Amino acid sequence: MKNNANNQPFLICGNEAIGEAAVQAGCRAYFGYPITPQNELTAYMARRMGEEGRVFIQSESELAAISMVFGAAAVGERAMTSSSSPGISLKQEGISYLAGCRLPAVIVNMSRGGPGLGNIGPAQADYFQSTRGGGHGDYRTPVLAGASVQELADLTFLAFDLADRYRTPVLILGDGILGQMMEPVVIARPDPARTPEKDWTLTGARGRPPRCVKSLYLGPGELEAHNRKLQETYREISDREVRSEAYMTDDADLVLVAFGITARICREVVSRLREEGLPVGLFRPITLWPFPEKSIRDLSRKVKKLLSVEMNFGQMVDDVRLAAEGNCPVEFFGHGGGEILTGEAITEAVRDRIPR
Amino acid sequence: MPRISINQSRCKGCGLCVEVCPKHLISVDRGMNKKGVYPSFCSRPEDCTGCLLCVTACPDVAITISED
Amino acid sequence: MTGNPEKSAYSRPESLRDVPTHFCAGCGHGTVHRIIAEVIDDLGIRERTVGVAPVGCAVVAYDYFNFDVTEAAHGRPPAVATGIKRVRPDLVVFTYQGDGDLAAIGTAEIIHAANRGENITVIFVNNGIYGMTGGQMAPTTLVGQPTATCPGGRDFQLAGPPIKVCEMLAPLDGTDYIARGALDSPAHTRTLKGYIRQAFLNKLEGRRFSLVEALTACPTYWRMTPPASLARIREEIIPQFPLGVIKE
Repeated sequence: MKNNANNQPFLICGNEAIGEAAVQAGCRAYFGYPITPQNELTAYMARRMGEEGRVFIQSESELAAISMVFGAAAVGERAMTSSSSPGISLKQEGISYLAGCRLPAVIVNMSRGGPGLGNIGPAQADYFQSTRGGGHGDYRTPVLAGASVQELADLTFLAFDLADRYRTPVLILGDGILGQMMEPVVIARPDPARTPEKDWTLTGARGRPPRCVKSLYLGPGELEAHNRKLQETYREISDREVRSEAYMTDDADLVLVAFGITARICREVVSRLREEGLPVGLFRPITLWPFPEKSIRDLSRKVKKLLSVEMNFGQMVDDVRLAAEGNCPVEFFGHGGGEILTGEAITEAVRDRIPR
Repeated sequence: MPRISINQSRCKGCGLCVEVCPKHLISVDRGMNKKGVYPSFCSRPEDCTGCLLCVTACPDVAITISED
Repeated sequence: MTGNPEKSAYSRPESLRDVPTHFCAGCGHGTVHRIIAEVIDDLGIRERTVGVAPVGCAVVAYDYFNFDVTEAAHGRPPAVATGIKRVRPDLVVFTYQGDGDLAAIGTAEIIHAANRGENITVIFVNNGIYGMTGGQMAPTTLVGQPTATCPGGRDFQLAGPPIKVCEMLAPLDGTDYIARGALDSPAHTRTLKGYIRQAFLNKLEGRRFSLVEALTACPTYWRMTPPASLARIREEIIPQFPLGVIKE
């Protein structure tokens, strides 16, 4: 399958949807190393990049894959890699260099249970790693979390555009379920966003002074000045690129906050409890960084309680608490270990916590 | 005729050119340069044959040779 | 007139910026930089060359080379070069790596770039010690050689023998050209330049992976004068790391 020529939806898994969207977004090179549960993406890219006459390499390691992405990005081409939690830990070296060198790239994490080798079940235990930079140094990466196969595809287009616009690596965070489940999708490239001319790429010093891609600043005050430039970019991203979705929050007493597949399940729970007349709603951050702080702060002023629901033992809840600024109680419900949160478990947790 | 020129502010005083000059024309200066090293200098530039061995040995491209 | 010691006049090659380097007196990095710049000038490829700098003493190679250069994480230059070359085959791509970068932390990257037969040139500067961090043992340190982290000399039983990178890579079918030269004398330096020139020519002719190893001195951490350190290359190192074209 190449594209929805007639905009008819077709059935495809999340990993493949990201791959197809990347191809259509103009990704010129994919570098990756096999790891479950994202293998369909690597295999899809092996086939499609070949068909398109583009670059695919199965690298010797995650360290090499992310450095290959670095090389392709340094000459100005759209490049991506994908992995799952333990592999993303290895990629943090290169992600830090990409951030320090201000190189655009897209990194996909179909996260699994951890720490260590963990298991191959779905988990959201990489929230901290994704939103706190992950590697060494003072940097941030935009993190896009979809809740459906369609949204993963849509966010892939956005990821490439954001990466180019802000010269930053962008992370797409999914999980084992989203990667493997199949849903009907329409993959069609939206109007390409206007991105600035790449006047920094290493294309050979013909008719211009040599260029250099680097993150090393040894002179007094140089690194500080460079880092301030990075921080300005992060501020700009925080001001402009926050994305979230609210569902039935207007008159809700209790609002669930959840991202990714967990938000999908929470939405069902909210729908059912609404049928019973319970005043519940759902708030779903789509960008985990920049975090939708303002929306959550506004919510915290009108609801009686926020409940962060996560497939981990409590990570995003920290950000929800910070955003709520003590305006209302913030509680946590979740579990972590590579097993999905069931609608029943969430329903019960909500019933227990509904403000009377 | 070759004209040897040693950039004494670039020279780090490693002495490799002194070692390789087949005519022993290069020696270490008695005065320090601003780096605090004793740079090389050519005592008899008129005898330089332009063999370029010193250029080949110099790690700092401190030596240039021009043809008059 | 420029950049070619084979002629009877010499001035700085265009591919090398007219700036002082941070290298210690007698350090081989300056010479290897110069040779690369001369070769790039000779071949007329300065405007389509992209260099990949290592982590180690040569980390700021981009401050010295007068063409496009990128940094890379420690040991990863062959992967970065692979990414560049695959998406821009028209560029001439080379990595500049020390013994720690290439033969310790970057072992996986160099072996697989070589085995894939990447159309890149690798300049491997082997001085048998970690200079940037203060003289620690390198994967190529000779048995018995004292360093900051093997003060009694490298112990074969504890640390094994020095890794011979050329001999390790030559059997891989992806490699087209492997050679080892040394900077111990002007004659060897010129031979080394010939190897480096051939390694770049291979790129232009579309041949696969090329690597040239340069045996160089680190007078500072060998704790020797520069002339004595060149004698050490000749007397102690070359007997263990034989010079010549190992594969072509």
